[in-house]
Amino acid sequence: MSAAGRPFSIQLKGCSKTFPDGTRALETLELDIEAGETLVFLGPSGCGKTTTLRIIAGLESPDVGGQVFFDSENVTALPIERRNVGMVFQSYALFPNMSVAQNIGYGLRIKKHNAKAINARVSEMLEMMRIEALADRRVDQLSGGQRQRVALARALAVRPRALLLDEPLTALDAKLRDTLRLEIDTLLRSLAITTVYVTHDQAEAMALGDRIVVMDQGRVAHVGTPREIYQRPANRFVAEFIGTMNKVSGHASAGVFTCSAGTISWPQLPAGATELLFRPEDIRLAGADEPSTLSGRVAAAFFLGDRTRLFIEVGEAQPLVVESPARRSFELGEQLGLAIDVNGLLVL
Amino acid sequence: MHQLMYQLTRQLTHKLMHKRRWLFMLQLAFTLLICAFLIVPVILSMLAGLTVNYLVGIESGLTLRWVVEVWDGYRETIFASIGLSLACLAITLVLGVPAAYALARRQNRFTRAIEELLVMPVAVPGLATALALIVTYGTAGGFRTSWSFILVGHVLFTLPFMVRAVLAVLMAIDLKTLEEGAASLGASFGQRFRDIVLPNCRSGILAGSLMVVTLSMGEFNMTWLLHTPFTKTLPVGLADAYASLRLEVGSAYTLIFFVMIMPLLLALQFFATPRSKKFSVKDVS
Repeated sequence: MSAAGRPFSIQLKGCSKTFPDGTRALETLELDIEAGETLVFLGPSGCGKTTTLRIIAGLESPDVGGQVFFDSENVTALPIERRNVGMVFQSYALFPNMSVAQNIGYGLRIKKHNAKAINARVSEMLEMMRIEALADRRVDQLSGGQRQRVALARALAVRPRALLLDEPLTALDAKLRDTLRLEIDTLLRSLAITTVYVTHDQAEAMALGDRIVVMDQGRVAHVGTPREIYQRPANRFVAEFIGTMNKVSGHASAGVFTCSAGTISWPQLPAGATELLFRPEDIRLAGADEPSTLSGRVAAAFFLGDRTRLFIEVGEAQPLVVESPARRSFELGEQLGLAIDVNGLLVL
Repeated sequence: MHQLMYQLTRQLTHKLMHKRRWLFMLQLAFTLLICAFLIVPVILSMLAGLTVNYLVGIESGLTLRWVVEVWDGYRETIFASIGLSLACLAITLVLGVPAAYALARRQNRFTRAIEELLVMPVAVPGLATALALIVTYGTAGGFRTSWSFILVGHVLFTLPFMVRAVLAVLMAIDLKTLEEGAASLGASFGQRFRDIVLPNCRSGILAGSLMVVTLSMGEFNMTWLLHTPFTKTLPVGLADAYASLRLEVGSAYTLIFFVMIMPLLLALQFFATPRSKKFSVKDVS
């Protein structure tokens, strides 16, 4: 028995959103979400990601001219109650006047299923979310994680053709967030349902998304797989928003980049580059018999157990972040040589 | 050493207990005194309604004569008051609950202004409201002499209490998201209102209802001006009785008022208090 109907693809055509007070929440957006994929909208608060989700859900309508398609059907004019999407809210929106089982069965009751079918489906959902023991509880007797499971079960009970999640884990503490993230991931893979997931947490986005849409100030900054977005960010905003990024500034001439901490040889170096970006994993401490490209002094060192995270002062605005697995301690001010993997260099 | 400590502790505890008991007794006495201050006049008044001659005192004997007299002469006013307050309740429910819902859903300068304006009929003296009604509609003969004239006054006066009570409850829950949740499950506006909005403001509706019925039942200022000889409510009749008849008759009236009204109010109160939460064995784990 499948948990959802046949998933549909979602298309946004020329969707923008201007609020009555004139605020431009979303610039014109064109987006195709494939049937069955998990698409994550990622960005800082106020970037338009929730507005986009609400336009897909039917809770907001796009500005005149914008259109939303589910498969080939134009649903722009349909309100949420006729779109057959499951939705999970940041605040869960569980009905306090109903028990857990009643909450989960509400959508089926609205769709006029008979009591037997509702009970069967509710039991199935309770079992799937492993909350059988909570069936008769009142909502205010549940913990945050339990509420989230009930909210998911409720959204999935009606066999929606798409699942929309608006920052579902934000209200939970870090440890529970990790557990539930894994559970949601497993769930989404097994359901193969079209999923749109909104979050400001890049770790969540990387873990769950087949593709990620990074948004900034109402615009799409980059659409791509987690790997693409991390390794080949389209622009500075994406590069700096996702993960940690090191920066050195200087000037390029004939395949050699010169900055205050040393020189980097890179055959592919574009002429006129004034800044190079690279991830902490693309720079390491140079071995004893290895020529170092850059050098600097230890400004801070954090021992993380399996490695040490070093902040190395190299005369830039920000110290470089370098990680070392070495079984040794580092002194503040200690002079270190650094080697860079040129495959990880970016010019943006 | 231990023995000594034990003795000391015991003595201390004993002293403390002693002191606490004293404090408790003092508080109890004070509470009882206040209660007596409030309740004794009520009891005296009700007793007066059963006394043969109040001036002579209780020695003159007890009688039901005054009660029967009042019942014969004024029972219409009692039923009129109950009917009026229930009609008032029905109207304030139909007008007040949707109004509170609309105010809760659309929070802006305009709705906040309406919220403030809603308390005006409470702040303005009932006499002024009544005069305004009479000046405006006094010449509309059929309306002026009918019960609906008083009903309009009562609704004006009690509606804010219903709206406020319901609004307070609605503002305390995230109504918008709850409704969006229901809508995402396919619920139409009507279904959302029935399944989500109404059950979640139940306590506000019941508290408001209690307020409206109580206020309408006891309203005198406005009603006294609005009433005609054929449209008298209980408090107006009571004033009549005290003003023009023997004190015993007035007191008997109070007695009947109590007997008639208390069960109604108690029933409302019973429904207004939220049922105690059901706990099953599972919840303890």
